[in-house]
Amino acid sequence: MFVNGPEPQSLDPALISGQSEGRLAYCLFEGLTRLDAGGNVIPGAAERWEISPDGKIYTFHLRPNLRWSDGQRLTAEDFVQSWRRVLEPATGAVYAEVLFVIDNAQHYQRGELKDFSQVGIKALDADTLQVRLVAPTPYFINLVGFTTYLPTPTNSIRQHGDHWTRPGRLVSNGAYLLQDWKINDRLEFAANPRYWDADHVNLKRVDALTVTQGNTAVNLYFTGQADLILDRGLILPQILPGLKTRRDLHIFNFLGTYFYRFNTSRAPFNNPLIRKAFSAAIDRRAIVDKITLGGELPATSLVPDLIKGYQPYAGIGYDPAQARAWLAAAGYPDGKGFPRVAVMYNASQQHAGIAVEIQAMWQRELNVSVELRQVEWTAYLQALDSLDYDIARSSWVGDYPDPYTFLGCFTTGFGNNRTGWSNADYDALLGAAGRETDPAKRFALLRDAEKILVHDEPPLTPIFFYVGMLLYDPDKFGGLHGTPLDDHPIQDIYRKDRRQP
Amino acid sequence: MTAFIIRRVLQMCGILALIVSLTFVLVRLAPGSPFAQERKLDPAVEQRLSQQYHLDGSLPRQLGAYWWQLLHGNLGESLKYRNRTVAEIIGSALPKSAAIGGLALALALTAGIVTGSLAAARHNTAVDRGLMLLALAGICLPTFLIAPLTALVFAIRLGWLPVAGWGGLAHLALPALCLAAPYAAYCARLMRSSMLDVLNQDFIRTARAKGLPERRVLYRHALKIGILPLISYAGPLAANVLTGSMVVETIFNIPGLGPFFVSSVLNRDIFLVGGTVIVYFIILVTLNTAVDVVYTLLDKRIKLW
Repeated sequence: MFVNGPEPQSLDPALISGQSEGRLAYCLFEGLTRLDAGGNVIPGAAERWEISPDGKIYTFHLRPNLRWSDGQRLTAEDFVQSWRRVLEPATGAVYAEVLFVIDNAQHYQRGELKDFSQVGIKALDADTLQVRLVAPTPYFINLVGFTTYLPTPTNSIRQHGDHWTRPGRLVSNGAYLLQDWKINDRLEFAANPRYWDADHVNLKRVDALTVTQGNTAVNLYFTGQADLILDRGLILPQILPGLKTRRDLHIFNFLGTYFYRFNTSRAPFNNPLIRKAFSAAIDRRAIVDKITLGGELPATSLVPDLIKGYQPYAGIGYDPAQARAWLAAAGYPDGKGFPRVAVMYNASQQHAGIAVEIQAMWQRELNVSVELRQVEWTAYLQALDSLDYDIARSSWVGDYPDPYTFLGCFTTGFGNNRTGWSNADYDALLGAAGRETDPAKRFALLRDAEKILVHDEPPLTPIFFYVGMLLYDPDKFGGLHGTPLDDHPIQDIYRKDRRQP
Repeated sequence: MTAFIIRRVLQMCGILALIVSLTFVLVRLAPGSPFAQERKLDPAVEQRLSQQYHLDGSLPRQLGAYWWQLLHGNLGESLKYRNRTVAEIIGSALPKSAAIGGLALALALTAGIVTGSLAAARHNTAVDRGLMLLALAGICLPTFLIAPLTALVFAIRLGWLPVAGWGGLAHLALPALCLAAPYAAYCARLMRSSMLDVLNQDFIRTARAKGLPERRVLYRHALKIGILPLISYAGPLAANVLTGSMVVETIFNIPGLGPFFVSSVLNRDIFLVGGTVIVYFIILVTLNTAVDVVYTLLDKRIKLW
């Protein structure tokens, strides 16, 4: 029994984008590849694959005789149809863009291309799937394990429409079957006997509890009603000092960054010097030591230092003298005459605490007074999208272990940019990295781009890197590790204290 | 009486229509899209979703489409919990809230009537003061304080009851208790002041004068009239507790309707907002009408018209 997080918005892999939903989807469905307990890519539904020398054509060989939970064969065509479904606008897939690395996928999704056979997804035969990419994409092998790429049961969806994810109807191909789904209470899973690796699924019955409150989650854990807490958001900072002395708390670094965005589309933050000044006036160490308390690392780069072969660019650190110099150079010596600006954040105790602390730092180091503007979540997103803010709390969690998952956000006009920032050099560097086949050269290009993003003309200022947290008794459970994507496959968890019946 | 009920129902239909329309317009006017997520949604997809749910075009047209849907007996689909209908969410959540609410209501009324009458009968004694102090505490201490405290004592320290979750009867105890506490306190104070009022009236003096035992005076004569303010309060009270409390249900992780009243608005989940408003309104009106009817049964001087 594990605490999963809030009520899942859906179990349809095409519709979900949240981490807690992803965890459930990975119980039910298995992509071509998957991540193991240690966070490594391993073969999933595909047994092996070949990559063409130019890095653009991937040929996946499915395991022979794969079955859906209703007994039907799972073929390469199922993947073609599932991915096609993601690209159909009628599906309303929120994360269709992760498929845009596939040749012509974006054109098809935009309706500029009507003929699906021109999209680079082809079933060569029942067990062979060939994918043609726009550019060499070294992390594609990670992507095909991602939720949006999971296979969905086309027949069942045709039959039941939107309601195909109900218990009793949901046909899956992963380690588990959906037994029951009680709204705001729990989801019940049972091992799928038709899963190809069913023998190695240790926990035969698993319940995922829906809990939104950190205190409740921890209460359930300590009264034995839950064995595991998998959602780091439910382990509140105020109880961390007490928990840290216990063996149950497992903290690890993962690919997530907490940062502040500047609205570069209007004064005063259209001036890079002012953005740099504000950035250099933040004492990040004080924030992680006083507020977040989870052992987070202060951040000066956007990309966490967790990607093999990539050395993130360390941007602007805490340097009050330099901050004052930059502000003076921008025309506001000692903060005189600086216009009133506000920090916007979505309602949360932690965001408020951090904002208050940073507000005090800017007052102290730069002599500028900044207002705090707390808004609720939907209004916050609206203000970000319409660039109706000065400074905004933000965060980003990587979807795949590659710097591009972070850096790609800030290309000109991209939907997740949300700063109004546009830099031709930056766009050009990311474009060049996209064409580069040599991994080392590619990372060098990406690092040059990150330098622009966090040092030269920063539209944002990184504050700290998130840590992942798990709460479980290490004497009872195994098969759980801290992984860079904070992914913990349920099927790899095993009990140490007793064998499952 | 039948005419009264029919008239009441017709009136309420009008008010319901107004409230539903107003809610719809207000939620649509609030900043933010129901489809907004941390990850920016592709504009083409968002456009498509708006069309699918008839949330594109002018506001009157959207409202018209919503009413068309409602008049077909369809509450619509949740925009946040895709693949779920509003009727399904309410159908799953309301009975759970009602179970806890029903228990809390019974607790609140019983405790309120008993302690209130007792305090009135022992007016200005230590019993009175003690009970009223307790009631004052019940009103003043917020649920978000009482709930974790009771959970700490009864579930974590003593281990008598489950700390949270939905399951057997034992799971109902703490949430019902916490939900009932402030209402019980309020009922007790209401009952006490009403009883004191009644006990000073002529017919009570008459009853005492003709030699009825005090017990009979209190429970046969005074209670019947003294309880009237409590009954008029019981209508909205019942509607309130039966539809669930956001605080209690969140703390005890009850899969009830309470949290949806708040979260659906925050999520701009327009059809779910509409659904919860309609359900709440219908329960409130039905109970208030029931209260009016009970009034006439208890006090023959009151006539419905």
